[in-house]
Amino acid sequence: MANESQTLTHGINLEALGRTHANRRIEEETICIKTSQLNLFYGEKQALRDINIALPEKRVSAFIGPSGCGKSTLLRCFNRMNDLVESCRIEGKLELYGNDIFSKKVDVAELRRRVGMVFQKPNPFPKSIYENVAYGLRLQATRNKREMDEVVERSLRGAALWDEVKDRLHDSALGLSGGQQQRLVIARAIAIEPEVLLLDEPASALDPISTLKIEELISELKDNYTIIIVTHNMQQAARVSDYTAFMYMGEMIEFGDTDEIFTNPKKQQTEDYITGRYG
Amino acid sequence: MRNWFKSGDPWIWLNAAAVSVSLIIVVGLLVLIGVRGLSHFWPARVMQADYAVPDSAVTRVIGEVHDSEQVSAERLQQTGVHFGPDVKVIKRILLKTGNRDVIGGDFRWLLWPYLADIQYPQGIVVLERREWGNFYGYLKQVQENQSVVAQDDKAWGALQERLERVEHLYEEIRDIEKIRIGELNFKLEGLRLEERRLELHQRNTPENLRSIEQERKVLQADYAVLQKKLNDLYVDINRDSLVAQVMDGRTVTIPLSKVVRAYQPNAMSVFARTAMYFEKLWEFVSDEPREANTEGGIFPAIFGTVMMVLIMSILVTPFGVIAAVYLKEYARQGVLTRTIRIAVNNLAGVPSIVYGVFGLGFFVYFLGGNIDQLFFPEALPAPTFGTPGILWSSLTLAILTVPVVIVATEEGLSRIPRAIREGSLALGATKAETLWRTVLPMATPAMMTGMILAVARAAGEVAPLMLVGVVKLAPSLPLDGNFPFLHLDRKFMHLGFHIYDVGFQSPNVEAARPLVYATAFLLVLVIVALNIAAIWIRNRLREKYRGLEG
Repeated sequence: MANESQTLTHGINLEALGRTHANRRIEEETICIKTSQLNLFYGEKQALRDINIALPEKRVSAFIGPSGCGKSTLLRCFNRMNDLVESCRIEGKLELYGNDIFSKKVDVAELRRRVGMVFQKPNPFPKSIYENVAYGLRLQATRNKREMDEVVERSLRGAALWDEVKDRLHDSALGLSGGQQQRLVIARAIAIEPEVLLLDEPASALDPISTLKIEELISELKDNYTIIIVTHNMQQAARVSDYTAFMYMGEMIEFGDTDEIFTNPKKQQTEDYITGRYG
Repeated sequence: MRNWFKSGDPWIWLNAAAVSVSLIIVVGLLVLIGVRGLSHFWPARVMQADYAVPDSAVTRVIGEVHDSEQVSAERLQQTGVHFGPDVKVIKRILLKTGNRDVIGGDFRWLLWPYLADIQYPQGIVVLERREWGNFYGYLKQVQENQSVVAQDDKAWGALQERLERVEHLYEEIRDIEKIRIGELNFKLEGLRLEERRLELHQRNTPENLRSIEQERKVLQADYAVLQKKLNDLYVDINRDSLVAQVMDGRTVTIPLSKVVRAYQPNAMSVFARTAMYFEKLWEFVSDEPREANTEGGIFPAIFGTVMMVLIMSILVTPFGVIAAVYLKEYARQGVLTRTIRIAVNNLAGVPSIVYGVFGLGFFVYFLGGNIDQLFFPEALPAPTFGTPGILWSSLTLAILTVPVVIVATEEGLSRIPRAIREGSLALGATKAETLWRTVLPMATPAMMTGMILAVARAAGEVAPLMLVGVVKLAPSLPLDGNFPFLHLDRKFMHLGFHIYDVGFQSPNVEAARPLVYATAFLLVLVIVALNIAAIWIRNRLREKYRGLEG
């Protein structure tokens, strides 16, 4: 039975997309990542303004917004990737399960093991498929060959790549197609069993079929991981996410249940963006 | 016309012309030095002729035609030679007559018109000798202990047999002198140093000294045995001699021990000549030099060059790579790093002789001198490392080429995609782990490029080496069978310096010139071989990381 209110303002039918989750209430969720008054500057330029957001555990949260609105920048705060940018300065607080990740006591490498990340363009290392997945384990000095084999297989299965590559694990990863490479990179990330998985436009460089596979994979992974995805594609956000945040000009405009954001946004800016009235 | 310019054709032609000119220059250079150098080993025919200068007696000349040129009659008139007024140019030839010991010179310019009765007799014999250069003439007798054993027609066969025996004995003598006595001397020197060391540490107790004395006695006994054997061999090798006639009719007696090789070039078939050509070529690359480097081979120089370049690569690559990694990855980018980069680039432009002076002052005298004080006091006042040697040469060339490696490595590091670094860091790798596991392996082709450029530069460098380790004739190779096998303190020979020495410091310029070309050709070959090896390794590495770029 099609419910009128379930139809998105720009014509995406949520049921037609096969969304299975029921409406959730953010108040009932366990919070995984929480920011308060987060400000970020690149030199003089302010890229994030007073971001306050609480992202729930074991759910898919999507960040949408026009290019340059700061969604990737915010994502890169969660595993402190912005540390690599010399001119970057951050103010405010960012907590992972209540612990401030900007504290001096935090071991950044350890943080990044807990908060994995997948980038826009597939970036496999110029090593074999096996070695790519085993990379994170080797960093933790896992010596046991059998254990390693198991983890590699489990991760590749987890990333829905095992059947395609099981016969050529020791071939170069650079020989895989773009979609396979991106799933390999996801396998590489989940091999070290992070708690959070950050996906920075993971499907933007891929063809539609590979995109579909990645989206299916995201739905499967959310049972075990807290997933935060940045995407340009609003249909993708609507398809895969439980919660959606809309950002604009470095500000968090609105955050809430995906169905609600897409059907009944509270802010005019959100509605304008979703209905395609801005760029 | 304007359309022709617009079409871009002139530009293409200009590019093609530039490429062709470079190619022609390179190929021309190689062909010139190749032909000039390699033709030297061909057993040329030997000419016999009567040289009849008007108003003087007819003389007979025998020798190889080495060169020929046209001279103007006018110029010759000044030296008192007159031709008819209608003769403008006259051909003259340079004849290699050999027999320096009898005649006094190796070469003679002869005016072609005065030569008569030119022939190439089968019986002419060429002897390559250990001293005094080549001999040209007729074989008369072969003698054993001053009594004739074979004459005239039979002499040639007898000579061949006996030469083989002499060759064999010579090998044996060389083995004893060079290797076995060399080894004993090395050990005796070791004992002397040991004794001196005990003295310096005031541990020269009678027991210690006695054990050294005992060892020395053993060695000296060995030495006496070898010396006796050597004396016997010398008696053996000096048993035979030959009597031969030179071009002016005089006869000379030559001990067979002084003859390296005897052949009758005019009687040889093309096949025999080719065989001899390759034999001589092999001798050139595998043997030691004779006669102030103007004859024999250049093996020690090839060995020294390759060895020095290898040691240099081993020193310069890690050093340059580490410096580049610091500059690129760790140092805060700013005015200071920019200044350092400019300084590094400028270092590459400093004249190499300046590095030689620096190497002599800093490495040899300061570092080497202090090393001697600290570690080899027993050898003083004779220096061990405080004197030019292969280690200091390699080090000097290493600092000369380090800018190249730094620049190439930095370039390679900056070409590694940022995404790869972030990928590694996002998996919980520290910066150092990312460098070791991902960035550096991916930058190895660039490092190899740096090394290739460094090798190409270092192998061709001569000036600084003259100050820090190269010698005209090294008594022993830097690598041998005596512990510790690699002797970094030794002086060595180098192809580049060899060219200079043979070409410009040799007493016999005409005889040495073909060797200059041959050595130059070989130096080019060695550099090419070293480069090809490095390029091959680089390409294999590149293959591994293909598909990443772009």
